[in-house]
Amino acid sequence: MSVIEARALRKTFGATVALDGIDLRVERGRILGLVGPNGAGKTTALNTILGLIPYQGELKVLGRNPWTEREQLMRDVCFIADVAVLPRWMQVSQMLDYVAGVHPRFDRAKAEAFLVTTAIKSTNKVRELSKGMVTQLHLALVMAIDARLLVLDEPTLGLDILYRKQFYDSLLSDYFDCSRTILLTTHQVEEIQHVLTDLMFINGGRIVLACSMEEFESRYAEVTVKPEHVAAARALKPIRERAVLGCSILLFDNTDRRQLAELGDVRTPSIADLFVAVMGNQAAQAQGAA
Amino acid sequence: MNTQSSTMHESFDAPRIASAISATRLFYWSVRRELWENRLLYLAPLAFAGVFLFGFLISLIHLPARMRGLSALDPAQQRDAIAMPYDIAAGLMMVTTILVGVFYCLEALHSERRDRSILFWKSLPVSDLTTVVAKASVAIFILPLLTSAIGSAMHFIMLLVSSAVLLGSGLSAATLWTRLAWLQMSLLLLYHILTAHALWPAPMYGWLLLVSGWARRATFLWAALPIVAIAGAEKMAFHTSHFAAMVGGRLIGVAPGNASTPDDIFPTNPMTHITPATFLSSPGLWIGLAVTAAFLIAAVRQRRYQGPV
Repeated sequence: MSVIEARALRKTFGATVALDGIDLRVERGRILGLVGPNGAGKTTALNTILGLIPYQGELKVLGRNPWTEREQLMRDVCFIADVAVLPRWMQVSQMLDYVAGVHPRFDRAKAEAFLVTTAIKSTNKVRELSKGMVTQLHLALVMAIDARLLVLDEPTLGLDILYRKQFYDSLLSDYFDCSRTILLTTHQVEEIQHVLTDLMFINGGRIVLACSMEEFESRYAEVTVKPEHVAAARALKPIRERAVLGCSILLFDNTDRRQLAELGDVRTPSIADLFVAVMGNQAAQAQGAA
Repeated sequence: MNTQSSTMHESFDAPRIASAISATRLFYWSVRRELWENRLLYLAPLAFAGVFLFGFLISLIHLPARMRGLSALDPAQQRDAIAMPYDIAAGLMMVTTILVGVFYCLEALHSERRDRSILFWKSLPVSDLTTVVAKASVAIFILPLLTSAIGSAMHFIMLLVSSAVLLGSGLSAATLWTRLAWLQMSLLLLYHILTAHALWPAPMYGWLLLVSGWARRATFLWAALPIVAIAGAEKMAFHTSHFAAMVGGRLIGVAPGNASTPDDIFPTNPMTHITPATFLSSPGLWIGLAVTAAFLIAAVRQRRYQGPV
Protein backbone atom coordinates (compact mmCIF):
# COMPACT_ATOMS: atom_id res chain seq x y z
CA MET A 1 0.00 0.00 0.00
CA SER A 2 1.56 3.25 -1.15
CA VAL A 3 1.39 6.53 0.70
CA ILE A 4 0.97 8.45 -2.54
CA GLU A 5 -0.28 6.89 -5.72
CA ALA A 6 -0.87 8.98 -8.83
CA ARG A 7 -1.78 7.88 -12.32
CA ALA A 8 -1.91 10.26 -15.29
CA LEU A 9 -2.12 13.20 -12.88
CA ARG A 10 -2.80 16.31 -14.92
CA LYS A 11 -3.41 19.93 -14.08
CA THR A 12 -3.86 22.85 -16.43
CA PHE A 13 -4.24 26.55 -15.71
CA GLY A 14 -5.97 27.92 -18.80
CA ALA A 15 -3.69 27.06 -21.69
CA THR A 16 -0.69 26.35 -19.43
CA VAL A 17 -0.06 22.71 -18.67
CA ALA A 18 1.39 22.55 -15.16
CA LEU A 19 1.29 18.77 -14.77
CA ASP A 20 1.31 16.69 -17.90
CA GLY A 21 0.22 13.21 -16.89
CA ILE A 22 2.42 12.23 -13.96
CA ASP A 23 2.65 8.67 -12.62
CA LEU A 24 3.98 8.58 -9.11
CA ARG A 25 4.20 6.04 -6.35
CA VAL A 26 5.71 6.80 -2.94
CA GLU A 27 5.98 4.01 -0.38
CA ARG A 28 5.97 4.31 3.38
CA GLY A 29 9.26 5.20 5.04
CA ARG A 30 10.73 7.06 2.06
CA ILE A 31 12.06 10.59 1.79
CA LEU A 32 11.44 11.76 -1.75
CA GLY A 33 13.06 14.89 -3.10
CA LEU A 34 11.25 16.58 -5.93
CA VAL A 35 13.74 18.67 -7.89
CA GLY A 36 13.02 20.90 -10.84
CA PRO A 37 13.57 24.38 -12.25
CA ASN A 38 11.17 27.21 -11.43
CA GLY A 39 7.81 26.62 -13.05
CA ALA A 40 8.46 22.90 -13.50
CA GLY A 41 5.25 21.94 -11.71
CA LYS A 42 6.67 20.97 -8.31
CA THR A 43 4.38 23.16 -6.22
CA THR A 44 1.40 22.23 -8.40
CA ALA A 45 2.15 18.55 -7.76
CA LEU A 46 2.35 19.17 -4.02
CA ASN A 47 -0.86 21.23 -4.07
CA THR A 48 -2.78 18.41 -5.73
CA ILE A 49 -1.44 15.95 -3.15
CA LEU A 50 -2.51 18.28 -0.32
CA GLY A 51 -6.01 18.73 -1.73
CA LEU A 52 -5.53 22.45 -2.32
CA ILE A 53 -6.41 22.36 -6.02
CA PRO A 54 -8.59 20.11 -8.21
CA TYR A 55 -6.90 17.91 -10.83
CA GLN A 56 -7.52 15.41 -13.58
CA GLY A 57 -6.40 11.80 -13.41
CA GLU A 58 -6.18 9.49 -10.45
CA LEU A 59 -4.64 10.38 -7.12
CA LYS A 60 -4.79 8.64 -3.78
CA VAL A 61 -2.96 9.91 -0.70
CA LEU A 62 -3.07 7.47 2.24
CA GLY A 63 -5.96 5.82 0.39
CA ARG A 64 -7.97 9.03 0.22
CA ASN A 65 -8.97 11.44 -2.52
CA PRO A 66 -7.24 14.68 -1.42
CA TRP A 67 -9.63 17.03 -3.20
CA THR A 68 -12.82 15.61 -1.71
CA GLU A 69 -11.43 14.52 1.66
CA ARG A 70 -8.95 17.27 2.52
CA GLU A 71 -9.94 17.79 6.13
CA GLN A 72 -9.86 14.05 6.95
CA LEU A 73 -6.55 13.73 5.15
CA MET A 74 -5.04 16.60 7.14
CA ARG A 75 -5.26 14.51 10.31
CA ASP A 76 -2.50 12.37 8.81
CA VAL A 77 -0.69 14.85 6.60
CA CYS A 78 1.30 17.93 7.59
CA PHE A 79 2.79 20.52 5.32
CA ILE A 80 5.04 23.52 5.43
CA ALA A 81 4.58 25.74 2.39
CA ASP A 82 7.34 27.59 0.64
CA VAL A 83 7.36 30.77 2.70
CA ALA A 84 6.45 31.56 6.26
CA VAL A 85 2.68 31.17 6.30
CA LEU A 86 2.05 31.25 10.04
CA PRO A 87 -0.41 34.09 10.79
CA ARG A 88 1.67 37.05 11.88
CA TRP A 89 -0.85 38.35 14.41
CA MET A 90 -0.89 35.11 16.39
CA GLN A 91 0.85 34.51 19.68
CA VAL A 92 2.92 31.35 20.09
CA SER A 93 0.77 30.19 23.01
CA GLN A 94 -2.42 30.85 21.00
CA MET A 95 -1.03 28.81 18.17
CA LEU A 96 -0.32 25.88 20.47
CA ASP A 97 -3.82 26.20 21.98
CA TYR A 98 -5.41 26.31 18.56
CA VAL A 99 -3.55 23.36 17.04
CA ALA A 100 -4.16 21.33 20.22
CA GLY A 101 -7.83 22.28 19.90
CA VAL A 102 -8.36 21.19 16.32
CA HIS A 103 -5.78 18.45 15.73
CA PRO A 104 -6.44 14.99 17.18
CA ARG A 105 -2.81 13.91 16.86
CA PHE A 106 -1.05 16.96 18.26
CA ASP A 107 1.14 16.44 21.32
CA ARG A 108 1.46 19.85 22.96
CA ALA A 109 4.15 18.78 25.43
CA LYS A 110 6.34 17.65 22.55
CA ALA A 111 6.03 21.00 20.77
CA GLU A 112 6.80 22.88 23.99
CA ALA A 113 9.82 20.68 24.64
CA PHE A 114 11.17 21.57 21.22
CA LEU A 115 10.45 25.29 21.66
CA VAL A 116 12.40 25.34 24.93
CA THR A 117 15.53 24.57 22.92
CA THR A 118 14.97 27.70 20.81
CA ALA A 119 14.86 31.41 21.61
CA ILE A 120 11.08 31.49 20.97
CA LYS A 121 8.93 32.51 23.96
CA SER A 122 5.28 31.54 24.29
CA THR A 123 4.31 35.21 24.61
CA ASN A 124 5.97 36.12 21.32
CA LYS A 125 3.85 37.05 18.38
CA VAL A 126 4.80 35.51 15.05
CA ARG A 127 5.52 38.97 13.62
CA GLU A 128 8.20 39.49 16.28
CA LEU A 129 10.11 36.37 15.24
CA SER A 130 12.89 36.23 12.66
CA LYS A 131 12.36 34.16 9.55
CA GLY A 132 14.50 31.36 10.94
CA MET A 133 12.54 31.35 14.19
CA VAL A 134 9.20 31.20 12.35
CA THR A 135 10.46 28.11 10.55
CA GLN A 136 11.55 26.64 13.88
CA LEU A 137 8.09 27.31 15.28
CA HIS A 138 6.41 25.67 12.32
CA LEU A 139 8.76 22.73 12.61
CA ALA A 140 7.93 22.43 16.32
CA LEU A 141 4.22 22.25 15.47
CA VAL A 142 4.71 19.75 12.68
CA MET A 143 7.04 17.50 14.65
CA ALA A 144 4.53 17.30 17.49
CA ILE A 145 1.86 15.99 15.13
CA ASP A 146 1.88 12.25 14.73
CA ALA A 147 1.35 12.36 10.96
CA ARG A 148 1.97 9.77 8.28
CA LEU A 149 3.07 12.11 5.52
CA LEU A 150 4.97 15.35 5.78
CA VAL A 151 5.10 17.63 2.76
CA LEU A 152 7.73 20.36 2.66
CA ASP A 153 7.74 22.93 -0.14
CA GLU A 154 11.01 24.86 -0.01
CA PRO A 155 10.99 24.75 3.80
CA THR A 156 14.37 26.42 4.19
CA LEU A 157 14.04 29.16 1.58
CA GLY A 158 15.69 32.34 2.76
CA LEU A 159 17.21 30.78 5.89
CA ASP A 160 20.89 31.00 6.70
CA ILE A 161 23.01 27.89 6.61
CA LEU A 162 22.85 27.29 10.38
CA TYR A 163 19.07 27.20 10.42
CA ARG A 164 19.00 25.09 7.27
CA LYS A 165 21.33 22.48 8.73
CA GLN A 166 19.50 22.48 12.06
CA PHE A 167 16.20 22.06 10.24
CA TYR A 168 17.22 18.87 8.44
CA ASP A 169 19.06 17.54 11.51
CA SER A 170 15.93 17.90 13.65
CA LEU A 171 13.82 16.36 10.94
CA LEU A 172 16.04 13.31 10.61
CA SER A 173 16.96 12.67 14.22
CA ASP A 174 13.79 13.71 16.08
CA TYR A 175 11.03 13.13 13.58
CA PHE A 176 11.66 10.67 10.83
CA ASP A 177 11.19 6.97 11.33
CA CYS A 178 10.26 4.18 8.96
CA SER A 179 6.54 4.62 9.57
CA ARG A 180 6.60 8.15 8.21
CA THR A 181 7.07 9.51 4.75
CA ILE A 182 8.47 12.86 3.68
CA LEU A 183 8.00 14.59 0.35
CA LEU A 184 10.06 17.71 -0.17
CA THR A 185 11.09 20.22 -2.78
CA THR A 186 14.05 22.53 -2.58
CA HIS A 187 16.55 24.37 -4.75
CA GLN A 188 19.33 23.71 -2.25
CA VAL A 189 19.77 20.17 -3.58
CA GLU A 190 23.33 19.72 -2.36
CA GLU A 191 22.13 19.99 1.24
CA ILE A 192 19.54 17.25 0.97
CA GLN A 193 21.57 14.69 -0.95
CA HIS A 194 22.37 12.71 2.21
CA VAL A 195 18.81 13.10 3.50
CA LEU A 196 16.92 11.59 0.58
CA THR A 197 16.05 7.98 -0.10
CA ASP A 198 14.47 8.76 -3.46
CA LEU A 199 14.97 11.37 -6.10
CA MET A 200 12.70 12.74 -8.78
CA PHE A 201 13.44 15.37 -11.42
CA ILE A 202 10.49 17.18 -12.86
CA ASN A 203 10.44 19.61 -15.77
CA GLY A 204 7.67 21.05 -17.89
CA GLY A 205 5.10 19.13 -15.88
CA ARG A 206 6.69 15.75 -16.63
CA ILE A 207 8.87 13.41 -14.64
CA VAL A 208 12.30 13.45 -16.21
CA LEU A 209 14.01 11.08 -13.83
CA ALA A 210 12.89 8.94 -10.91
CA CYS A 211 15.16 6.64 -8.96
CA SER A 212 16.09 5.59 -5.45
CA MET A 213 19.36 6.96 -4.05
CA GLU A 214 20.87 3.43 -4.24
CA GLU A 215 20.09 3.37 -7.95
CA PHE A 216 21.39 6.90 -8.26
CA GLU A 217 24.71 5.88 -6.73
CA SER A 218 25.13 2.72 -8.79
CA ARG A 219 23.90 4.22 -12.02
CA TYR A 220 25.67 7.57 -12.25
CA ALA A 221 29.37 8.11 -12.03
CA GLU A 222 31.47 11.21 -12.33
CA VAL A 223 35.02 10.86 -13.54
CA THR A 224 37.85 13.37 -13.47
CA VAL A 225 39.55 12.34 -16.65
CA LYS A 226 43.27 12.81 -17.30
CA PRO A 227 43.91 14.83 -20.46
CA GLU A 228 45.39 11.85 -22.32
CA HIS A 229 42.22 9.79 -21.78
CA VAL A 230 39.65 12.38 -22.78
CA ALA A 231 39.08 10.96 -26.28
CA ALA A 232 38.62 7.45 -24.94
CA ALA A 233 36.28 8.75 -22.25
CA ARG A 234 34.19 10.64 -24.79
CA ALA A 235 33.78 7.45 -26.76
CA LEU A 236 31.85 6.03 -23.78
CA LYS A 237 29.17 8.68 -24.41
CA PRO A 238 29.10 10.78 -21.24
CA ILE A 239 25.87 12.64 -20.58
CA ARG A 240 27.77 15.76 -19.65
CA GLU A 241 31.24 17.16 -19.84
CA ARG A 242 32.65 20.16 -18.04
CA ALA A 243 36.11 21.56 -17.49
CA VAL A 244 37.36 22.51 -14.04
CA LEU A 245 40.90 23.84 -13.54
CA GLY A 246 42.15 22.25 -16.71
CA CYS A 247 40.68 18.82 -15.94
CA SER A 248 37.71 17.38 -17.78
CA ILE A 249 34.93 16.07 -15.59
CA LEU A 250 32.60 13.68 -17.36
CA LEU A 251 29.30 12.34 -16.11
CA PHE A 252 28.28 8.82 -17.14
CA ASP A 253 24.99 7.02 -17.00
CA ASN A 254 25.05 3.21 -16.66
CA THR A 255 28.64 2.77 -17.64
CA ASP A 256 30.91 0.02 -16.38
CA ARG A 257 32.77 1.31 -13.32
CA ARG A 258 35.92 -0.70 -13.99
CA GLN A 259 36.18 0.80 -17.43
CA LEU A 260 35.73 4.26 -15.93
CA ALA A 261 38.31 3.65 -13.22
CA GLU A 262 40.99 3.30 -15.90
CA LEU A 263 40.23 6.81 -17.13
CA GLY A 264 40.57 8.65 -13.80
CA ASP A 265 39.02 9.20 -10.35
CA VAL A 266 35.46 7.87 -10.15
CA ARG A 267 32.92 9.15 -7.65
CA THR A 268 29.19 9.62 -7.17
CA PRO A 269 28.11 12.91 -8.70
CA SER A 270 26.18 15.51 -6.78
CA ILE A 271 22.45 15.78 -7.44
CA ALA A 272 23.07 19.31 -8.64
CA ASP A 273 25.52 18.18 -11.34
CA LEU A 274 23.21 15.43 -12.52
CA PHE A 275 20.34 17.91 -12.53
CA VAL A 276 22.25 20.29 -14.76
CA ALA A 277 23.23 17.43 -17.07
CA VAL A 278 19.69 16.05 -17.39
CA MET A 279 18.05 19.46 -17.80
CA GLY A 280 20.76 20.64 -20.21
CA ASN A 281 20.25 17.59 -22.42
CA GLN A 282 16.51 18.14 -22.33
CA ALA A 283 16.93 21.69 -23.52
CA ALA A 284 19.30 20.55 -26.27
CA GLN A 285 16.83 17.91 -27.42
CA ALA A 286 14.05 20.45 -27.43
CA GLN A 287 16.17 22.77 -29.57
CA GLY A 288 17.06 19.93 -31.94
CA ALA A 289 13.43 19.07 -32.33
CA ALA A 290 12.51 22.66 -33.09
CA MET B 1 -14.06 -1.39 -4.59
CA ASN B 2 -15.69 -0.28 -1.38
CA THR B 3 -14.30 -3.14 0.69
CA GLN B 4 -10.94 -2.55 -0.82
CA SER B 5 -10.86 1.11 0.08
CA SER B 6 -12.03 0.45 3.64
CA THR B 7 -9.26 -2.08 4.20
CA MET B 8 -6.81 0.44 2.84
CA HIS B 9 -7.91 2.94 5.46
CA GLU B 10 -7.62 0.34 8.20
CA SER B 11 -4.14 -0.61 7.24
CA PHE B 12 -3.08 2.97 7.95
CA ASP B 13 -5.21 3.60 11.00
CA ALA B 14 -4.86 0.23 12.67
CA PRO B 15 -1.89 0.86 14.96
CA ARG B 16 -3.14 4.32 15.89
CA ILE B 17 -6.04 5.61 17.88
CA ALA B 18 -8.51 6.71 15.26
CA SER B 19 -9.65 9.85 17.01
CA ALA B 20 -11.61 12.59 15.34
CA ILE B 21 -12.43 15.94 16.88
CA SER B 22 -16.09 16.79 17.24
CA ALA B 23 -17.64 19.39 14.97
CA THR B 24 -18.56 21.61 17.93
CA ARG B 25 -14.97 21.67 19.15
CA LEU B 26 -13.68 22.57 15.68
CA PHE B 27 -16.31 25.31 15.53
CA TYR B 28 -15.43 26.59 19.01
CA TRP B 29 -11.74 26.91 18.15
CA SER B 30 -12.54 28.51 14.80
CA VAL B 31 -14.55 31.19 16.60
CA ARG B 32 -11.79 31.73 19.19
CA ARG B 33 -9.34 32.19 16.37
CA GLU B 34 -11.58 34.96 14.96
CA LEU B 35 -11.71 36.73 18.33
CA TRP B 36 -7.92 36.53 18.63
CA GLU B 37 -7.34 37.84 15.15
CA ASN B 38 -10.03 40.54 15.18
CA ARG B 39 -9.73 42.27 18.52
CA LEU B 40 -11.60 45.13 16.84
CA LEU B 41 -14.77 43.11 17.50
CA TYR B 42 -14.72 44.07 21.18
CA LEU B 43 -12.17 46.90 21.29
CA ALA B 44 -14.17 49.15 18.94
CA PRO B 45 -17.45 48.93 20.95
CA LEU B 46 -15.47 49.35 24.18
CA ALA B 47 -13.69 52.40 22.83
CA PHE B 48 -16.98 53.97 21.67
CA ALA B 49 -18.51 53.17 25.05
CA GLY B 50 -15.56 54.77 26.84
CA VAL B 51 -15.77 57.99 24.85
CA PHE B 52 -19.53 58.18 25.30
CA LEU B 53 -19.35 57.60 29.06
CA PHE B 54 -16.79 60.36 29.37
CA GLY B 55 -19.18 62.76 27.64
CA PHE B 56 -22.03 61.52 29.79
CA LEU B 57 -20.07 62.17 32.99
CA ILE B 58 -19.56 65.77 31.99
CA SER B 59 -23.27 66.17 31.24
CA LEU B 60 -24.13 65.03 34.77
CA ILE B 61 -23.38 68.52 36.07
CA HIS B 62 -26.85 69.53 34.93
CA LEU B 63 -28.61 66.39 36.16
CA PRO B 64 -29.80 67.60 39.60
CA ALA B 65 -31.30 70.73 38.02
CA ARG B 66 -33.07 68.68 35.37
CA MET B 67 -34.46 66.25 37.93
CA ARG B 68 -35.84 69.13 40.00
CA GLY B 69 -37.71 70.49 36.98
CA LEU B 70 -39.09 67.07 36.17
CA SER B 71 -42.04 67.02 38.53
CA ALA B 72 -43.88 69.56 36.35
CA LEU B 73 -44.04 67.03 33.49
CA ASP B 74 -46.37 64.07 33.02
CA PRO B 75 -44.91 60.54 33.36
CA ALA B 76 -44.37 59.95 29.62
CA GLN B 77 -42.56 63.27 29.22
CA GLN B 78 -40.57 62.51 32.37
CA ARG B 79 -39.37 59.28 30.86
CA ASP B 80 -38.43 60.91 27.57
CA ALA B 81 -36.48 63.57 29.36
CA ILE B 82 -34.52 61.09 31.46
CA ALA B 83 -34.13 58.44 28.78
CA MET B 84 -32.54 60.53 26.06
CA PRO B 85 -28.87 59.72 26.90
CA TYR B 86 -29.78 56.06 27.31
CA ASP B 87 -31.35 55.99 23.86
CA ILE B 88 -28.27 57.60 22.42
CA ALA B 89 -26.06 54.99 24.11
CA ALA B 90 -28.17 52.18 22.67
CA GLY B 91 -28.13 53.80 19.23
CA LEU B 92 -24.36 54.13 19.43
CA MET B 93 -24.03 50.39 20.03
CA MET B 94 -26.30 49.70 17.04
CA VAL B 95 -24.21 51.87 14.75
CA THR B 96 -21.09 50.16 16.13
CA THR B 97 -22.59 46.75 15.40
CA ILE B 98 -23.23 47.74 11.78
CA LEU B 99 -19.81 49.35 11.24
CA VAL B 100 -17.77 46.59 12.89
CA GLY B 101 -19.88 43.89 11.22
CA VAL B 102 -19.32 45.34 7.76
CA PHE B 103 -15.58 45.78 8.17
CA TYR B 104 -15.12 42.42 9.87
CA CYS B 105 -16.91 40.60 7.03
CA LEU B 106 -14.95 42.44 4.33
CA GLU B 107 -11.69 41.28 5.95
CA ALA B 108 -12.75 37.86 7.21
CA LEU B 109 -11.91 35.73 4.18
CA HIS B 110 -9.50 38.23 2.64
CA SER B 111 -6.78 38.73 5.23
CA GLU B 112 -5.89 35.03 5.37
CA ARG B 113 -5.32 35.04 1.62
CA ARG B 114 -3.41 38.31 1.70
CA ASP B 115 -0.90 37.14 4.33
CA ARG B 116 -0.85 33.59 2.87
CA SER B 117 -1.79 32.13 6.25
CA ILE B 118 -4.62 30.31 4.43
CA LEU B 119 -1.94 27.72 3.62
CA PHE B 120 -1.42 27.18 7.35
CA TRP B 121 -5.15 27.02 8.13
CA LYS B 122 -5.68 24.56 5.31
CA SER B 123 -2.89 22.34 6.62
CA LEU B 124 -5.08 21.57 9.63
CA PRO B 125 -8.08 19.24 9.70
CA VAL B 126 -10.68 22.01 9.67
CA SER B 127 -13.09 22.14 6.73
CA ASP B 128 -13.87 25.20 4.63
CA LEU B 129 -17.49 24.87 5.78
CA THR B 130 -16.54 25.09 9.47
CA THR B 131 -14.32 28.09 8.80
CA VAL B 132 -16.91 30.04 6.80
CA VAL B 133 -19.76 29.21 9.20
CA ALA B 134 -17.60 30.28 12.15
CA LYS B 135 -16.84 33.62 10.48
CA ALA B 136 -20.50 34.18 9.59
CA SER B 137 -21.63 33.41 13.13
CA VAL B 138 -19.11 35.85 14.54
CA ALA B 139 -20.82 38.59 12.49
CA ILE B 140 -24.39 37.38 13.02
CA PHE B 141 -24.30 36.17 16.66
CA ILE B 142 -21.10 36.89 18.55
CA LEU B 143 -20.76 40.56 17.59
CA PRO B 144 -24.43 41.42 18.41
CA LEU B 145 -24.10 39.62 21.74
CA LEU B 146 -20.92 41.56 22.50
CA THR B 147 -22.32 44.96 21.56
CA SER B 148 -25.61 44.45 23.42
CA ALA B 149 -23.71 43.28 26.50
CA ILE B 150 -21.47 46.35 26.30
CA GLY B 151 -24.58 48.52 25.75
CA SER B 152 -26.25 47.07 28.86
CA ALA B 153 -23.11 47.56 30.88
CA MET B 154 -23.03 51.18 29.70
CA HIS B 155 -26.63 51.69 30.80
CA PHE B 156 -25.86 50.19 34.17
CA ILE B 157 -22.82 52.40 34.72
CA MET B 158 -24.83 55.46 33.63
CA LEU B 159 -27.58 54.63 36.11
CA LEU B 160 -25.11 54.06 38.93
CA VAL B 161 -23.19 57.25 38.34
CA SER B 162 -26.39 59.28 37.93
CA SER B 163 -27.73 57.85 41.20
CA ALA B 164 -24.53 58.80 42.97
CA VAL B 165 -24.77 62.36 41.63
CA LEU B 166 -28.43 62.66 42.63
CA LEU B 167 -27.84 61.27 46.13
CA GLY B 168 -24.86 63.57 46.49
CA SER B 169 -27.10 66.59 45.82
CA GLY B 170 -29.75 65.38 48.23
CA LEU B 171 -32.22 64.06 45.66
CA SER B 172 -33.82 60.64 45.41
CA ALA B 173 -32.63 58.31 42.69
CA ALA B 174 -35.83 56.27 42.77
CA THR B 175 -37.45 58.07 39.78
CA LEU B 176 -34.44 57.17 37.72
CA TRP B 177 -34.62 53.47 38.42
CA THR B 178 -38.39 53.22 38.06
CA ARG B 179 -38.50 55.18 34.82
CA LEU B 180 -35.56 53.23 33.36
CA ALA B 181 -35.99 49.54 34.14
CA TRP B 182 -32.47 48.33 33.50
CA LEU B 183 -33.18 44.66 32.96
CA GLN B 184 -36.03 45.43 30.58
CA MET B 185 -33.86 47.89 28.66
CA SER B 186 -31.13 45.27 28.38
CA LEU B 187 -33.46 42.61 27.05
CA LEU B 188 -34.98 45.04 24.56
CA LEU B 189 -31.56 46.09 23.38
CA LEU B 190 -30.45 42.48 22.98
CA TYR B 191 -33.62 41.62 21.10
CA HIS B 192 -33.35 44.66 18.88
CA ILE B 193 -29.69 44.14 18.00
CA LEU B 194 -30.15 40.42 17.35
CA THR B 195 -33.18 40.89 15.13
CA ALA B 196 -32.72 44.24 13.41
CA HIS B 197 -28.91 44.31 13.24
CA ALA B 198 -28.01 40.62 12.88
CA LEU B 199 -30.74 38.39 11.45
CA TRP B 200 -32.36 41.04 9.28
CA PRO B 201 -29.12 42.20 7.60
CA ALA B 202 -27.70 38.63 7.50
CA PRO B 203 -27.83 38.49 3.66
CA MET B 204 -25.65 41.60 3.59
CA TYR B 205 -23.08 39.90 5.84
CA GLY B 206 -23.23 36.80 3.62
CA TRP B 207 -22.60 38.94 0.55
CA LEU B 208 -19.66 40.74 2.17
CA LEU B 209 -18.10 37.40 3.21
CA LEU B 210 -18.46 36.08 -0.32
CA VAL B 211 -16.80 39.18 -1.79
CA SER B 212 -13.99 39.06 0.77
CA GLY B 213 -13.23 35.49 -0.28
CA TRP B 214 -13.36 36.34 -3.94
CA ALA B 215 -11.83 39.79 -4.51
CA ARG B 216 -8.08 40.06 -4.88
CA ARG B 217 -8.05 43.58 -3.52
CA ALA B 218 -10.40 46.51 -2.78
CA THR B 219 -13.04 44.31 -1.18
CA PHE B 220 -15.21 47.28 -0.21
CA LEU B 221 -15.31 48.51 -3.79
CA TRP B 222 -16.26 45.09 -5.17
CA ALA B 223 -18.93 44.71 -2.51
CA ALA B 224 -20.49 48.12 -3.17
CA LEU B 225 -20.19 48.33 -6.97
CA PRO B 226 -22.80 45.70 -7.91
CA ILE B 227 -25.28 47.20 -5.45
CA VAL B 228 -24.78 50.69 -6.86
CA ALA B 229 -24.96 49.32 -10.40
CA ILE B 230 -28.22 47.43 -9.83
CA ALA B 231 -29.80 50.37 -8.02
CA GLY B 232 -28.70 52.69 -10.83
CA ALA B 233 -30.01 50.37 -13.53
CA GLU B 234 -33.37 50.09 -11.75
CA LYS B 235 -33.63 53.86 -11.51
CA MET B 236 -32.82 54.30 -15.19
CA ALA B 237 -35.11 51.54 -16.43
CA PHE B 238 -38.15 51.84 -14.18
CA HIS B 239 -37.69 55.15 -12.35
CA THR B 240 -38.05 53.24 -9.08
CA SER B 241 -35.60 52.54 -6.25
CA HIS B 242 -36.90 49.37 -4.61
CA PHE B 243 -33.53 47.67 -4.63
CA ALA B 244 -31.72 50.60 -3.00
CA ALA B 245 -34.48 50.88 -0.42
CA MET B 246 -34.27 47.18 0.34
CA VAL B 247 -30.48 47.17 0.74
CA GLY B 248 -30.63 50.36 2.81
CA GLY B 249 -33.34 48.91 5.02
CA ARG B 250 -31.31 45.79 5.69
CA LEU B 251 -28.21 47.85 6.40
CA ILE B 252 -29.74 50.22 8.95
CA GLY B 253 -31.97 47.51 10.39
CA VAL B 254 -35.52 48.48 9.48
CA ALA B 255 -36.92 45.10 10.43
CA PRO B 256 -40.64 44.31 10.57
CA GLY B 257 -42.27 44.30 13.98
CA ASN B 258 -39.54 46.22 15.79
CA ALA B 259 -40.36 49.87 15.93
CA SER B 260 -43.83 51.19 16.61
CA THR B 261 -43.24 54.54 14.96
CA PRO B 262 -40.49 55.75 12.66
CA ASP B 263 -39.36 58.19 15.40
CA ASP B 264 -39.10 55.44 17.97
CA ILE B 265 -36.29 53.39 16.50
CA PHE B 266 -34.43 53.17 19.79
CA PRO B 267 -35.78 50.27 21.76
CA THR B 268 -34.93 51.30 25.29
CA ASN B 269 -38.44 52.58 25.87
CA PRO B 270 -40.25 49.89 27.85
CA MET B 271 -43.38 51.04 26.07
CA THR B 272 -41.90 49.89 22.75
CA HIS B 273 -44.23 47.32 21.42
CA ILE B 274 -42.08 44.51 20.07
CA THR B 275 -43.76 41.79 18.12
CA PRO B 276 -41.47 38.80 17.65
CA ALA B 277 -44.29 36.95 15.92
CA THR B 278 -44.48 39.65 13.23
CA PHE B 279 -40.74 39.46 12.78
CA LEU B 280 -40.54 35.69 12.68
CA SER B 281 -43.47 35.35 10.32
CA SER B 282 -42.31 37.99 7.85
CA PRO B 283 -41.32 36.40 4.54
CA GLY B 284 -38.56 38.99 4.25
CA LEU B 285 -36.69 37.39 7.15
CA TRP B 286 -36.80 33.89 5.72
CA ILE B 287 -36.06 34.95 2.16
CA GLY B 288 -33.11 36.89 3.60
CA LEU B 289 -31.84 33.87 5.51
CA ALA B 290 -32.15 31.68 2.42
CA VAL B 291 -30.14 34.25 0.44
CA THR B 292 -27.57 34.29 3.28
CA ALA B 293 -27.24 30.51 3.08
CA ALA B 294 -26.74 30.73 -0.69
CA PHE B 295 -24.00 33.36 -0.29
CA LEU B 296 -22.29 31.28 2.40
CA ILE B 297 -22.37 28.11 0.28
CA ALA B 298 -20.77 30.11 -2.53
CA ALA B 299 -18.17 31.43 -0.06
CA VAL B 300 -17.31 27.88 1.09
CA ARG B 301 -16.87 26.81 -2.52
CA GLN B 302 -14.80 29.91 -3.17
CA ARG B 303 -12.49 29.20 -0.25
CA ARG B 304 -12.02 25.65 -1.44
CA TYR B 305 -10.73 26.81 -4.81
CA GLN B 306 -8.94 29.99 -3.75
CA GLY B 307 -5.29 30.02 -2.89
CA PRO B 308 -3.38 32.99 -1.49
CA VAL B 309 -3.81 36.31 -3.27
